[in-house]
Amino acid sequence: MLYDALIAPFAEFAFMRRALVGAIALALSGAPIGVFLMLRRMSLTGDAMAHAILPGAAVGYLFAGLSLGAMTIGGLAAGLTVAVLAGVVSRATALREDATMAAFYLISLALGVAIVSAKGSNIDLLHVLFGSVLALDDDALILLAAISSVTLGALALLYRPLVLECVDPGFLRTVSRAGPVAHLSFLGLVVLNLVAGFHALGTLLAVGVMMVPAATARLWSADITAMIIVATLTGIASSIGGLLVSYHVGLPAGPAIILFAGAFYVASLIVGPAGGMISTLVPRRHLEA
Amino acid sequence: MSSPAIRFENLTLGYGRHPAVHHLRGDVERGSLTAVVGPNGAGKSTLLKGIAGSLKPLGGRILVDAGAEGVAWLPQAADVDRSFPLPVYDLISMGLWSRRGMFGGIRRADRARIDEAIAAVGLTGFENRPIGTLSGGQMQRCLFARLLLQDSRVILLDEPFTAIDESTAADLLGLVRRWHAEERTIIAVLHDLDLVQRAFPDTLLIAREPVGWGGTDDVLTPENLEKARAMIEAYDRHAHRCDRTAA
Repeated sequence: MLYDALIAPFAEFAFMRRALVGAIALALSGAPIGVFLMLRRMSLTGDAMAHAILPGAAVGYLFAGLSLGAMTIGGLAAGLTVAVLAGVVSRATALREDATMAAFYLISLALGVAIVSAKGSNIDLLHVLFGSVLALDDDALILLAAISSVTLGALALLYRPLVLECVDPGFLRTVSRAGPVAHLSFLGLVVLNLVAGFHALGTLLAVGVMMVPAATARLWSADITAMIIVATLTGIASSIGGLLVSYHVGLPAGPAIILFAGAFYVASLIVGPAGGMISTLVPRRHLEA
Repeated sequence: MSSPAIRFENLTLGYGRHPAVHHLRGDVERGSLTAVVGPNGAGKSTLLKGIAGSLKPLGGRILVDAGAEGVAWLPQAADVDRSFPLPVYDLISMGLWSRRGMFGGIRRADRARIDEAIAAVGLTGFENRPIGTLSGGQMQRCLFARLLLQDSRVILLDEPFTAIDESTAADLLGLVRRWHAEERTIIAVLHDLDLVQRAFPDTLLIAREPVGWGGTDDVLTPENLEKARAMIEAYDRHAHRCDRTAA
């Protein structure tokens, strides 16, 4: 019974196993990226950059159809261009980074919609917008695993300047020039993970596997290490749970994964010990000291 | 006399084209303990920013000889994002950056030094507390512990005793005296003139332009203070280009 519900779908169907591997690879790197996005107050930047990837992927599609390579390169190029331009413009002009980011992603989104509308079928459009986690081939899986590995390695290297740039950027500037490098590298990692997420979940939901587990984790701990662990576990549990729900109930897999993460989030909003509703609204007796 | 720790050569610092520090020249001797005083908007923080190298001069230059550790700079505490979920221990240990850099691990000897710094500011027992739970005074102790670990020859303090209670201020002043005894060069922006007279041998009084610089008792005269107040009220939106080359 339990076996049928939890194990059998993965044991019997190769596409479910592939989806599971792909989704877990995404969760492993997406969750820590999401935690840093949230702590850097860039939760919506991830969303903006996800939109910015669309025209690049669309141009790739225009030249080569639904090709993994072309759409990956196109998406990466567009995402990195927007990230770097936004960073450079905010450092060289009076505009703040959020404003430049908004301007650039709207421009690239308009461009993407124009390109997709000019040429392309509705089915392809659905693929681009919502991904195809149940149809990941070998190449796609290798790409996701590679991006996940690169991200985790790079985060380990950048961890110290990334943390310090959030906490005390003024101090980091006096001891090191690593701040801008760390920031731009981090944006690069965000784009990489969005492109990975884009293949599995589509441009619209790619950012979900980063931000929803991160926001969930914040409600469970006020320590950055614990947050990263909780976010990663939430991401993995959502992948497994979402795929199972999609298998048994017949929901599309990508949205089911994000919905599962959403359920964790809503539950944490209520019972989360580090700032959930119960912990803030129901006062417990104060301590002696 | 050895070469100075800091030399200002006709230095002008500012924002846009408006000077906040105007035509400052002079030397800060090695091992000196200098208070920078002046009205609000006199350019005191700007001067520290310039020495720390995070603001480019509009004119002239600053020569800083701080050795391998570089300048340690404590800006006004508001620059720290205290909502970030970081334990006290981790924030303090960042003071070792100049020695351990981006990747270097914290060694056994480092741990002893970190513990010692935490004890020196009286925060033993707070190591694992998130920085968001600290009071203003505790946060300032935390930042002083980080300064201790930085081990710099030149230390800049921007209003280090503002908004903290007397016992905290006394403890932190003790650290400043310890640094002075170790012949480090210290420059502190301060508003409490009694404190300056009590504890700081040298004073730079500025009001955009230097008003007086030298022994504290010679500088902090009623005439000088009145002069500084009058000078700062004369900010002119339509100021002309400054063609002065020598003060």
